[in-house]
Amino acid sequence: MSRVAVPGVSGVPDVSGAAGGRRAAASAAARGALLRWAVLAVAVLVWEAAARAHGSVYFPPPGRIVRHAYDLWFSGPVAHAFLTADAVDNILPSLGRMAAGFALAAVAGIALGVAVGRSRRAYALCNPVLQFARAVPPPALVPVFVVIFDFGTPMQLASIVFSAVWPVLINTAEGTRNTEPLRLDVAAVLRLNAAERLWLLFLPSALPRIFAGLRLSLSLSLILMVFSELLPGTADGIGYTLTDAQSRSDLLTVWAVLLLLGALGYLLNTGLLTVERRLIGRGREGTR
Amino acid sequence: MLRVRVRVRQDFLLGVAGVLLAFAICEVVSRAGIVRRTYLPPASEVLARAVELAGDSAFLDGVGATLRAWALGLGLACAIAVPVGLLLGSVPVVDAASRAVVEFLRPLPSVALIPLVSLLLGSGTETEVVLVMYASVWPILFNTVYGLGETESLAKDTLRAFGFGRLAVLLRVELPATAPFIAAGVRISAAVALILAVATEILAGFGEGLGIFIAQAGLATDGTRDVLAGVVWAGALGLVVNAVLVRIERGLFPWTPEHRERKR
Repeated sequence: MSRVAVPGVSGVPDVSGAAGGRRAAASAAARGALLRWAVLAVAVLVWEAAARAHGSVYFPPPGRIVRHAYDLWFSGPVAHAFLTADAVDNILPSLGRMAAGFALAAVAGIALGVAVGRSRRAYALCNPVLQFARAVPPPALVPVFVVIFDFGTPMQLASIVFSAVWPVLINTAEGTRNTEPLRLDVAAVLRLNAAERLWLLFLPSALPRIFAGLRLSLSLSLILMVFSELLPGTADGIGYTLTDAQSRSDLLTVWAVLLLLGALGYLLNTGLLTVERRLIGRGREGTR
Repeated sequence: MLRVRVRVRQDFLLGVAGVLLAFAICEVVSRAGIVRRTYLPPASEVLARAVELAGDSAFLDGVGATLRAWALGLGLACAIAVPVGLLLGSVPVVDAASRAVVEFLRPLPSVALIPLVSLLLGSGTETEVVLVMYASVWPILFNTVYGLGETESLAKDTLRAFGFGRLAVLLRVELPATAPFIAAGVRISAAVALILAVATEILAGFGEGLGIFIAQAGLATDGTRDVLAGVVWAGALGLVVNAVLVRIERGLFPWTPEHRERKR
């Protein structure tokens, strides 16, 4: 299961090679950055021009989408950090549910994963069940939670936690299991107690895998957050805004929500990657 | 050797015990009335229903429809992502130029596209296929680009030194070296594709498919048993698909380290 490109850092040509020299590398990087932003700008401009020329309802020009997103969410009073009532009612609850769900899944996944991964027997005992749990496409479970909790925050939280916990759990267990035997021997010689072994041995050696799991869980949390709000019967949230706009054929709002979610996904991913680099250091990111 | 075999057998037995244990816990929790029966029916009833569904032709047609949309979307994703990935991976300028666009498209949770695509295409098979395709493109694309970057430069240089052109190097060295990465990308995409297929169907709510079966069972009173039976099917499908793909990978690329390790 290890042949996986690391999202975000995959395939980036390493321009800072030893042979190249710093300055050449820096200028190459600058040229690359310039190129990619220029291409993005051109793509947006082409879209803008084509949309204006065609006047298609389905593909509004990007300028109008941004404008609409601004009017909808970010033109509020200063006291509310420029957020409008709509943003406070829909975006914040979504973010809160997602953060809570992801945090719960991460904590539970790491704790259970270490517990399972530390013993070969426990791992063998749990592995088939875990593999099955991971194989279930998470949206399929959401109707179950709807029956149990009815619509609302508990149902959405359960959906997020129940789908996001498996990748962290399985990855943590595998990472813990693959702790180098030599280090275990050293720990035994040093007579480390259980807590010290956990903190100094198991967690550090599982960390790359834990983060690989966390990245998967983060994108699953985002997906499940939106999905659980898309179901008819929810009362608020980003996904609700989306279905509401869909039912009114309000394409502009649909696009604005997509823009918001794209930005959100990007920020969350980048945030997690930053934390990961802080903790592990570049070049040692684990693969799944 | 013998010890390894004993250990493998022991692990297998433990795994079976784990499954039975999980099964027993679900059964007891429901039968003892700890959780209301309408919420969590006994595991045996769920399993019996899942087996019963295997003889239900309407249900099987639904599963077939889901699998068709899944396979079609995944196939289209491969047809797009592999050539694009090869292009991005072998021509740095194109890669640098498209990176910003890709980075903006990728983090978008694909489920959020369901409303837009259903407005554009209606809520039928087309929508499902398009969404499955969109979501499956990314893992394959990124793995292809990543795999190209991992190709041994000695092999490339050797071929170049013998006067082979760029295309020949791509076809003779880079593509075979990247193939295991592509296959792993396809395997990840297969799981993502199943998520999207089921999610689209649950939201569409009518037509035929595994997700639709689950959605409709969820609306019925006392339908949890059917929902869970559908979930069992979905999980089993996911497992089977994954197992088949792993086996194909092992057969096609026996030289990759992790497969070699497994054989030992």
